[in-house]
Amino acid sequence: MLEIRNLHADAGGKPVLKGLHLRVRAGEVHALMGPNGSGKSTLAHVLAGRDGVTVTTGEVLYDGRDLLPMSPEERARAGIFLGFQYPVEIPGVGNSYFLKSSLNALRRHRGLPELDAQEFLQILREKARLLRMDESLLGRPVNEGFSGGEKKRNEILQMAVLEPRLAILDETDSGLDIDALRVVADGINHLRSNDRSFLLITHFPRLLEHVTPDQVHVLSDGRLVRSGGLELARELEQKGYSWIEGGAGGSP
Amino acid sequence: MSDTDRRALEDLTRRDYPYGFETPVEEDRIPPGLDEDVLRRLSAKKGEPGWLLQWRLEAYRRWRTMPEPRWARVSYPPIDYQALSYYAAPRMNPRPRSLDEVDPEILRTYDRLGVPLAERGILSGVAVDAVFDSVSVATTFKEQLRRRGILFCSFSEAVREYPDLVRRWLGTVVPPGDNFFAALNSAVFSDGSFCYVPRGVRCPMELSTYFRINARDTGQFERTLIVAEEGASVSYLEGCTAPRRDENQLHAAVVELVALEEATIKYSTVQNWYPGDREGRGGIFNFVTKRGLCRGARSRIIWTQVETGSAITWKYPGCILQGEGSSGEFYSVAVTNHRQQADTGTKMIHLGRDTRSTIVSKGISAGRGQNTYRGLVLVAPGAANARSYAQCDSLLLGDECGAHTFPHLDVRNPTARVEHEASTSRIGPDQLFYCRQRGLSNEDAVQLIVNGFCRRVFRELPMEFAVEAQKLLSVSLEGSVG
Repeated sequence: MLEIRNLHADAGGKPVLKGLHLRVRAGEVHALMGPNGSGKSTLAHVLAGRDGVTVTTGEVLYDGRDLLPMSPEERARAGIFLGFQYPVEIPGVGNSYFLKSSLNALRRHRGLPELDAQEFLQILREKARLLRMDESLLGRPVNEGFSGGEKKRNEILQMAVLEPRLAILDETDSGLDIDALRVVADGINHLRSNDRSFLLITHFPRLLEHVTPDQVHVLSDGRLVRSGGLELARELEQKGYSWIEGGAGGSP
Repeated sequence: MSDTDRRALEDLTRRDYPYGFETPVEEDRIPPGLDEDVLRRLSAKKGEPGWLLQWRLEAYRRWRTMPEPRWARVSYPPIDYQALSYYAAPRMNPRPRSLDEVDPEILRTYDRLGVPLAERGILSGVAVDAVFDSVSVATTFKEQLRRRGILFCSFSEAVREYPDLVRRWLGTVVPPGDNFFAALNSAVFSDGSFCYVPRGVRCPMELSTYFRINARDTGQFERTLIVAEEGASVSYLEGCTAPRRDENQLHAAVVELVALEEATIKYSTVQNWYPGDREGRGGIFNFVTKRGLCRGARSRIIWTQVETGSAITWKYPGCILQGEGSSGEFYSVAVTNHRQQADTGTKMIHLGRDTRSTIVSKGISAGRGQNTYRGLVLVAPGAANARSYAQCDSLLLGDECGAHTFPHLDVRNPTARVEHEASTSRIGPDQLFYCRQRGLSNEDAVQLIVNGFCRRVFRELPMEFAVEAQKLLSVSLEGSVG
């Protein structure tokens, strides 16, 4: 589904990713961990096509297609979803209206008929119930006045409605209390399927206790320095990142 | 370049103003120039009574002594008032009794503009007075309204049919000497709409006037007067378009509203005069005086405007809150793209006790547009317990445009409470990226964000027009974001 080869990228004029390789097959859940500044969010931005991040070397294939020349909306329409670390407020635009415009943009692209307000509302209500989201959030403007936890849950709701093929969740778990964390984890688990892949970017192994990843990777200074299973995440929790960074650097 | 190429190019550059076509009709016009003799000819053409000619002449003499205002934050070359023609009307049956007698070319024009002159079809719940250059060419649903005692007709017809009403109210809210452009209008106004809703009657349908400038080298000077008697209510909407031309054309209108005790008048404007091209060539100079008088206790006047057109917009629809407990509201979206300039806002004059005013202004600047909010809230000594709330927000698209806010608060009663909030923001790259990551195109994202910004105002428009206004906004801002 996703293949990243020798990726080098600059953010803000500085090299951040320095030769990253990663392969995610359909149906797999990969966790990407690493200390601040290791390049996790930059990778998410490269994959979603954000301005300000420049790929200098390497390639990214999505379903065998070269991803890098595609615009952000083309990538979204091709099934890539980014759960934002800091979801953006759009004053005056109703949350459900926004999501309906979004879903219909994707449907149009896929040659499906657009949903009318009623059909859409039915889907939205069902997903909101599944994620135990308060329906009052659906009518409010996008993320405006939402608490941190509400914003993150709203990202998961959007993901549930848009049903992407590759979901990249950028620290969706940070700043959540245990209940909200469980909602996010349930949302991910609910969407797991053979043809949908996840890249979970996280600081903490907490989320991974609820969503069992197929692989855990540790990113340090723009490269993957370790890969393993859940036990790697547990080890990180005990020993901290300095253990890895030290290991990678070759001195204790 | 081949003809086909040229046509394709023309289509492309014209696309952003779809109403820029011209109607080939033969017009009867008074040659350019302005003096008392022109006013006499104009008045004679319209078969006006002597008092109205006198009124015009007095206004004209007043106008000649007045300097053109220069305080607005707009710049334009001097207007040669002697180079304009003050009357142009399609040569036709001067008083058509039915649509069958209206020039088919003109009917086609309104059809192309999407204005329903047939009393059926999609917008059949809207009565329309269609003003073409200096005259009203048709008014629909007159008879149905008449049966409820509602008078809705062109201003000229009102002068003929209801002279007492016109004479009683004309100039009571905007006196002829009010300002330079109002004085000019009072001297030369040619047509417009008149509406009278009797005591206790709620008008069952939306009333509207559609203003179309067609003739070259003319100005349009219409006058609208709406009177709602005790307990009456009416919702009125005006729309405006003009052909695409390289010369500027002048539009100087006056609108007067009178609301008696417990009456409500809702006046909505979707102004889409030709804005000029990208380089600022052509476009309408729109200098308009609009004012409502809340004369009776607990009366209410609501102004809603969506100003997307015109090269220059200069207008401050206001309310004189005279009746106790009366309220005035002003909701505005003003867009300036390319080289457009707008200086617009409101005046809320609190005279009576317990009066309320609400101001919500949304200015959007793009290209090299300059957008100014200018507002006055005056609380007179007698306006005990007055309340006023104003919110003025500006949105900038791009970095060559400007937004300016000049709120004037003049509070002379210690029990008044006056609030003013203002903000300036940009459409951020974060917002755009968020929308695009969800599959929306850049243009759709801008439209969505701008519509969200304007939502508080669009909510005040009648349903059908709210949809129109959103579309209009997207056309006006086409190509404004990279």
